[in-house]
Amino acid sequence: MSDVKTSQKSVRQVEIEILRYNPDTDEKPYFQTYQVPCQEEWVILDAVNYIKDNLDRSLSYRWSCHMAVCGSCGMMVNGEPTLSCHAFVRDMPDKITIEPLENFPIARDLIVDMDGFVEKLSSVKPYINAAEEKTVEQGTYQQLPEQLQLYKQYTQCINCMLCYSACPQMALNDGFVGPAALALAHRYNLDSRDKGREVREDVVASNAGIWECSFVGACSEVCPKHVDPAAAIQQTKIAATGDYFKKFLMPWKNAQKGQAPEGGDQ
Amino acid sequence: MKLTNGNYVRPPARYSWWLRQGRYFRYMMRELSSLFVGIFSIIMICGLYQLSQGEAQFTAFTSSLWNNFWWLSVITFLFVTYHSYSWFIVTPKAMPLRFSGKKVAPWIIIGAHMILWLICSIFIWFIFTNGGAQ
Repeated sequence: MSDVKTSQKSVRQVEIEILRYNPDTDEKPYFQTYQVPCQEEWVILDAVNYIKDNLDRSLSYRWSCHMAVCGSCGMMVNGEPTLSCHAFVRDMPDKITIEPLENFPIARDLIVDMDGFVEKLSSVKPYINAAEEKTVEQGTYQQLPEQLQLYKQYTQCINCMLCYSACPQMALNDGFVGPAALALAHRYNLDSRDKGREVREDVVASNAGIWECSFVGACSEVCPKHVDPAAAIQQTKIAATGDYFKKFLMPWKNAQKGQAPEGGDQ
Repeated sequence: MKLTNGNYVRPPARYSWWLRQGRYFRYMMRELSSLFVGIFSIIMICGLYQLSQGEAQFTAFTSSLWNNFWWLSVITFLFVTYHSYSWFIVTPKAMPLRFSGKKVAPWIIIGAHMILWLICSIFIWFIFTNGGAQ
């Protein structure tokens, strides 16, 4: 009984404004406002779920785990890219504005079209390109804990796309490969089992890759998993610059690969 | 803008995006500070040239600079200071130092840069003021 009383006391009326868009009926998105009795322990996703369950069943959005692991419930909350399961309503003002993630086309309400993002992820070949394939009999590709530590941070990405939404370069240039994909490429480039750095270089070290980044650093600030994509991109820039100069200092390596130094994109 | 597949693309704020959030504004100030680093470099080159012409010429140049363009010197100093500060605080991102297999904490890398910056500044100030006294 006392628990019920406590929860009743902690309820706060919050005005939640959500950007709505139905591709079948709407020419452009519009805001719809809901009055939501939010409880003390609620995260933004709980409030959106309340709207869906009690106020408006037509509201569409993605979510799954409710514990900042699946990366599917990213939204703009008061203009900030946020995992809605990772932000408490109690830390927000009495009026909250929720929009779909910026820098992505809106498919419906809070659902964005992520096809372009998936294509960019695939373009950096985010998997181990081993020097030579091992058969099952030959065993596993082994690695020391110290070698794992070099890239472990970059494996934590949950593809929530908050970094793409925070990046002003992404807003101005849709062709930019983007923070998450470049961080993922860096993760594999640092992996001692991987030998695919040159294979990724065409995309990663291109103008649409690392050189499009002007180091705003917003991607790292909004990342809920502390992946720090800005760091990955800057380190890749340094490595790519080294590669470029190595082409001049070691021309016999270019001959082996059939490349001319001028072929660099930096 | 509605696409043929029904998706809606919101037009980006092409010119005002950097005023929307503190982090974007700080970034633009860092970029703008480069302009003042350029101004500072030009003043420095002019100053070195005047120095090569003799002490009197150099003193006249610095006095003229301070008397007529003191406001530019103050603004340039503030922006150049901000430029150095804003780049030093992001150095750990480009310099992932490791010591005995462990990642060096970002504050140590930033702190080392700041201390080195301070020592260099004091050293140059010392040379400048002592040189003037002799």
